[in-house]
Amino acid sequence: MSARIRWIWLSVITLLVLGGAVAYAAWSFGQYQQRQNQAPGVAVEKTAVLPAGPHVLFRNTATGSGYGHVASVPLDNPQGVRSVTNIACDRVYSSAGTQLCLRTNAGIATTFEAVEFNAQWQQVQEQPLPGNPSRVRVSPDGKLFASTVFVMGHAYAPANFSTATVISRTDGPSIGNLEDFTLLIDGKPIAPVDRNLWGVTFAKDPNTFYATAASGDKTWLVKGDLAKRTLTSVRENAECPSISPDGTKIAYKKNLKPGPTPYWNLAVLDLATNNETVLVQPRSVDDQAEWLDDSTLLYGIPREGAVGDEDVWSVATTAGAVPQLFIEHAWSPSVVR
Amino acid sequence: MYLSFSDRSGGKSDEAIRTSPPFKVSPIIISLGIVSMFTDISSESVAAVLPIYITGVLGLSMVAYGFLDGINQGISAIVRIGAGWTADKSDRHKLIAFVGYGLSTLTRAWLLLASGFAAITAIIAVDRIGKGIRTAPRDALITEVAQPEHLARSFGVHRMLDTVGATIGPLLAFIVLLLIPNGYHTVFVVSFACGILGLAVLGLMVPGRKQRAAAKAKLELAAPSTPRAAFRWRELNNPNMRRLLLLAGILGLLTIGDGFIYLVLQSRASFAATWFPLLYVGTNVAYLVLAIPLGRLADKWGRMRVFIAGHGALLAAYLCAALPATGAAFTVACLLLLGVFYAATDGVLAALAGQFSPIASRASGIAAAQTVVAGSRFFASLGFGVLWFMFGREQAIVFAAVALAAALVGGLVIVRGITTSNTVDAA
Repeated sequence: MSARIRWIWLSVITLLVLGGAVAYAAWSFGQYQQRQNQAPGVAVEKTAVLPAGPHVLFRNTATGSGYGHVASVPLDNPQGVRSVTNIACDRVYSSAGTQLCLRTNAGIATTFEAVEFNAQWQQVQEQPLPGNPSRVRVSPDGKLFASTVFVMGHAYAPANFSTATVISRTDGPSIGNLEDFTLLIDGKPIAPVDRNLWGVTFAKDPNTFYATAASGDKTWLVKGDLAKRTLTSVRENAECPSISPDGTKIAYKKNLKPGPTPYWNLAVLDLATNNETVLVQPRSVDDQAEWLDDSTLLYGIPREGAVGDEDVWSVATTAGAVPQLFIEHAWSPSVVR
Repeated sequence: MYLSFSDRSGGKSDEAIRTSPPFKVSPIIISLGIVSMFTDISSESVAAVLPIYITGVLGLSMVAYGFLDGINQGISAIVRIGAGWTADKSDRHKLIAFVGYGLSTLTRAWLLLASGFAAITAIIAVDRIGKGIRTAPRDALITEVAQPEHLARSFGVHRMLDTVGATIGPLLAFIVLLLIPNGYHTVFVVSFACGILGLAVLGLMVPGRKQRAAAKAKLELAAPSTPRAAFRWRELNNPNMRRLLLLAGILGLLTIGDGFIYLVLQSRASFAATWFPLLYVGTNVAYLVLAIPLGRLADKWGRMRVFIAGHGALLAAYLCAALPATGAAFTVACLLLLGVFYAATDGVLAALAGQFSPIASRASGIAAAQTVVAGSRFFASLGFGVLWFMFGREQAIVFAAVALAAALVGGLVIVRGITTSNTVDAA
């Protein structure tokens, strides 16, 4: 090939490839515009303040202009008309009038933040987050909140993937990153370098919480003590704990297929008897469960064949219970009683 | 397209001191730089949005992904040495590099179809393998076509273009997402397009073995064509190479990774916490601005000296992060120092390894040096993690700084015999 022919080939390929990419981007932009104007497919009502009364708070993933916004349905009619706010959140949780929203502010400088709202959805405070949101929980008394985010290293700094889990007071200083707590596995303090901590759930007792600790390919359910700043292992292979409203049971996800492609099922541990019930499910569950009541769990599952859309399912905590679709096009459920 | 980097400004003093030919960057190096630029736009645009895509869009958690990272690093090291060796054995550097770039580009198209955990982890592994394959053969090509007297500066040109791509990539991705929220597939398509452009430039504009041989034959009409020496590992076992690997290994063991430094900064300064996702831009800007000047300095003053001095900048970055002051100025200074560190060490290491390897085993020599650095830095992050836990982050970073200062003194002793051997051309 002569130099000229090479240049001609390069120009042709460049034009084709760039043309193709620009055409795809234009088509994709058109699709996005169309989706924004499309009817959501579920009954929706725009609102500034969500209706009072017991409800389920969640992130709306129905198409349309309310996509990604905080929404609610009445607890007694979850399939009914959803009220959608104009507050965008990746994860949302509410307890005792304290409402936490973890969000991604996409932009040239994409930043992440935790925003605290009061019961009237007025912003109280915001905290920058070091990575993209994964889990958020508020304590039953509304005085503490915990956030977990994924911190990713830049490609020039590999091997820096980790989770950052921070517990904060709503009215005071941050209690700190769980990495700084003493980790006790089977009674012995260990300090593995690759340890990761995530998925906090708060007990009624204001000093106690549960979370997940991981090192290598092992995970543990750990019990946290805020005053002593310790994390003590309770059980192996249990992630993203969630304590029941009556405080007697803990639900978590359990990996039934160790290896590179985990398959998680939900399981419930009875704290008094130490009996574990595994809730076998047709699809892997990768979420921190939320208790609908003392015998039913809610959790999100990505919708099959759709990218960026999820559904909230419910399952009774008895072995063999069949999961039911609870709220369509929804994610990050939080039950407000 | 053909940028002229020939040195005219301030060249007078050069000529007075040295008789080396004026610097003129080979068009092949510019082409390879553009290949890397497109590839970095491609890979960094995806890397920037992948965490959000995996967690926020696919609804997967990434914890198991972290476990796999170590395994991927191991695979990458083995693949790197293997690809360097294969390139040397077959003398098909361009082909091997093309396979590496091609594999990574394929993963962009694959991302459009993937929605499960297994597919995502496989994609990341294949991308890593592609990166492992291409680096050493490409750096061997750069060494082959660069003027031996200006080797580090030639690498500087390549690394500058590479870093331009690494800086543009994430910005491009976020512009797409700003225009089309949820437009992740558009990011992947744009990334795939950039990957194809990189491959096209490599395939069309970088001459392969036969063309280079033909071009060489034209230049050296009179010279009898000497048969290429066979590859031998033994050739790499020379005193200079041994000392380089020892030095790079020791300094690598004390290079804790900028991720940790970012975390230290983030835990101390609210400025760094707010701009955490953008800290790398500061580092990249310093890197791309300084890549050529520091390469030039390395050629003049000594590549080993600059390589060691670059670790001095790293030491200064540690101290800067360890200082109790928390102003934005300290954060920025720390980021710039990290950029200086990369600019003074990354291309210079490849230049040194290329310089100390005979032609027939150059890709293996470069791969060996890069693997030693990658491996020792991996152990450095593990070790630093332990220190971090036992003594807290401030003490840990002070400890790392003291150890690095000691290692720098040791390094000066190790390289005593070779600092002045820049002009020795292994060819």
